[in-house]
Amino acid sequence: MPDEIKNILFCGVGGQGILLCSEVVAYALMQEGYDIKKSEVHGMAQRGGAVEAYLRYGSRVYSPLVEPGSVDFVVGLELMEPLRYTSLYSEKTKVILNTQKVPTIGISTGIETYPENPVGTLRGLGLEVYPVDAFEICTELGEPRAVNMVMVGALSWFLPVKVRTVEEVIRWRLPEKLHRVNLRAFREGRRALRK
Amino acid sequence: MRFRDLNRKLLLSGNEAIALGAYEASVRVATAYPGTPSTEILEALTQYEDIYTEWSVNEKVALEVSLGASIGGVRAMSSMKHVGLNVAADPLFTAAYTGIRGGLVIVTADDPEMHSSQNAQDNRNYAPFARVPMLEPSDPQEAKEFTKLAFSISETFDIPVLVRTTTRLSHVSGIVIPSSRRQRPRVRPSIERMPQKFVMLPVHARQRRQALEDRLSRLREFSETFKGHRIHRGSREIGIITSGVSYNYVMEALPEASVLKLGLIYPLPETLIRRFASRVRRLYVVEELDPYLETQIKAMGIDCTGKEIIPSQGELNPAKVRSAITGKNRKVFPSVEVPKRPPVLCPGCPHRGIFYAISRLGVFVSGDIGCYTLAALPPLRAMDTCVCMGASIGMGFGIEKGLGRKAHGKVVSVIGESTFIHSGITHIVNMVYNGSTSTVVILDNRVTAMTGHQPNPVTGLTAKGEPTVELDLEALLRGIGVEHVHVINPHDIEDAYRVLKRELKRKALSVVISKAPCALLPEVRKAKRPAYEVISEECRGCRACLKIGCPAIWWVPEDNKKKGKARIQAYLCNGCGECEALCRFGAIVVSDAR
Repeated sequence: MPDEIKNILFCGVGGQGILLCSEVVAYALMQEGYDIKKSEVHGMAQRGGAVEAYLRYGSRVYSPLVEPGSVDFVVGLELMEPLRYTSLYSEKTKVILNTQKVPTIGISTGIETYPENPVGTLRGLGLEVYPVDAFEICTELGEPRAVNMVMVGALSWFLPVKVRTVEEVIRWRLPEKLHRVNLRAFREGRRALRK
Repeated sequence: MRFRDLNRKLLLSGNEAIALGAYEASVRVATAYPGTPSTEILEALTQYEDIYTEWSVNEKVALEVSLGASIGGVRAMSSMKHVGLNVAADPLFTAAYTGIRGGLVIVTADDPEMHSSQNAQDNRNYAPFARVPMLEPSDPQEAKEFTKLAFSISETFDIPVLVRTTTRLSHVSGIVIPSSRRQRPRVRPSIERMPQKFVMLPVHARQRRQALEDRLSRLREFSETFKGHRIHRGSREIGIITSGVSYNYVMEALPEASVLKLGLIYPLPETLIRRFASRVRRLYVVEELDPYLETQIKAMGIDCTGKEIIPSQGELNPAKVRSAITGKNRKVFPSVEVPKRPPVLCPGCPHRGIFYAISRLGVFVSGDIGCYTLAALPPLRAMDTCVCMGASIGMGFGIEKGLGRKAHGKVVSVIGESTFIHSGITHIVNMVYNGSTSTVVILDNRVTAMTGHQPNPVTGLTAKGEPTVELDLEALLRGIGVEHVHVINPHDIEDAYRVLKRELKRKALSVVISKAPCALLPEVRKAKRPAYEVISEECRGCRACLKIGCPAIWWVPEDNKKKGKARIQAYLCNGCGECEALCRFGAIVVSDAR
């Protein structure tokens, strides 16, 4: 039943914790009884490069890869990154977007410039965009590395998962000393989109 | 242990599932050399106390250790990336003749899209070439089951068995149900002297060659009824033969088609294929890369369509399969121009300093495989070749011998320490023996970094994190007979430049060990060197500090965009201090913010 499959694209920059982000969501969906395929790439694709992970869930999922026009949710951990994958989107795609900017090496060395108003560009394509100031939220929490959990919190509004399930997964997946800050990041992420 | 729900389900990557399968099959010895996308197989196996695991120094060594364990009557497995099997091909081909005692499984992880590889070779071709059976799972659950089957096939037919995965299985997570019981091997551990089986003198080898043909013909029969083949009865209009990850794309793109999914892809089940082909009107073969199945099916005299319409480069996906077979395409959303985001050397990476020094020398750089291959990209642009593990040194020497005096002082070979130990040492022996005046740089960052920080012989830790003897590279080189060995700190760019310049002029072989730990190692992170900052008033906007391409240094343009100033992001800065030395105006200083 391919029609019932939902597709999430996680994208951002190597080192932002994209793989953990997609893993927490995958476990939560699995706990709610869904079949899962999660696809990612390791190795040369890390080291500050563009990183993407696909998560597909439904009653039976075969393909680990999503096809053009089939992404339901985009979780952008960096402001311009969702622009890179628009060929996979459709009018129904929702973009949950961290407003944090991380320049590419071309931009940081002054050869290229950062794209102007990525949110506007995405909206101009007819997409629903939900900006989240995840980096600011985390800086306030004193843990800039928890950006990924803020984004999990924001995404959780759109998924058939219980808050308690996600919290259980975070507790199970992370070392105990990181529970407090990551659970707070998750809840703040949820709150950020309720406003 | 992994996260379980009430039904004991696990979420595992294909690699983790292969490891679980090997565990459930009671594997006793597991060996590997790290390489994307295979690395996590051995990493996952290190968690089991009763399995001996090792990071071998290369794939040939890994397979030979496994073969030895198998001869001792225990189950053994070696895992490697596709190009790694080239290195291990020598023992593989002859192990097919000797056969095994304990089950012997070799996992080859291919990378059709070259996400992290230098070529996209299709290792399915190794199966008929080496005359070794090959299983090809399509998802993590099957990866676990097929790994177990591989061990029992190996023991039943006295032959090593290949299991082939690709990136989209190795790095795809799916639901896996573990077994409660572990398989019992058929053989008992013991030392048995069987020279006719294991000493491949021509007289024995000829006998084993015939024995191999007998084993293969039994395997052909076995393949006809192998439970890992699967048939989906659908429309008689379209029939598809496929295997591995391509099966998933077929099932999504063409849910109405009849599908024969092959699990054992060497030897193929000819009768089963004939029967399936006779039931459908149009037969397609859907596979990534080479027409491996298609060529064999066509050789059976069966009419089918394959690479005429299915791409032979890169990964497939449901859209490519649907479009090739039905001509239907989904509406494609417009794409947007975005600056490229290539991977970069991390802030504080010790490779940056040495490559910056090399880039100033204007020499030809014979490079190798590791994180440092990124130095080929701008702004460093300090690498001219990268072919395969260890090749840098030999190619540099080849240029020297080919051009003679013309090349002296103009070529430097650069190789990481793990790559050097993998297959660079023999090159140095070769150069000492055959007389070289080349300069070689070994980048010793204390760990195999690119594949995710696996320990290697210089790290002083085993795969399980236990302390072991630390390989002394300097002593090794001197022992080989290299007279000029120099250890430098790559973060001291001026010194590195000076030493390299001097050694390039030398009319003798010289090896420079550029030694500093990977910036991502826990001990380096914990050391927390203070960050640097740019004093804005002192910065002249000359861009000298941008030349090293550090991600922590950002150019902040002023209004007219031509001028601007550099700024260091404190949260990214690792405090290596390389940029401080580059600034002629003293604008870069240790920040007192921390």
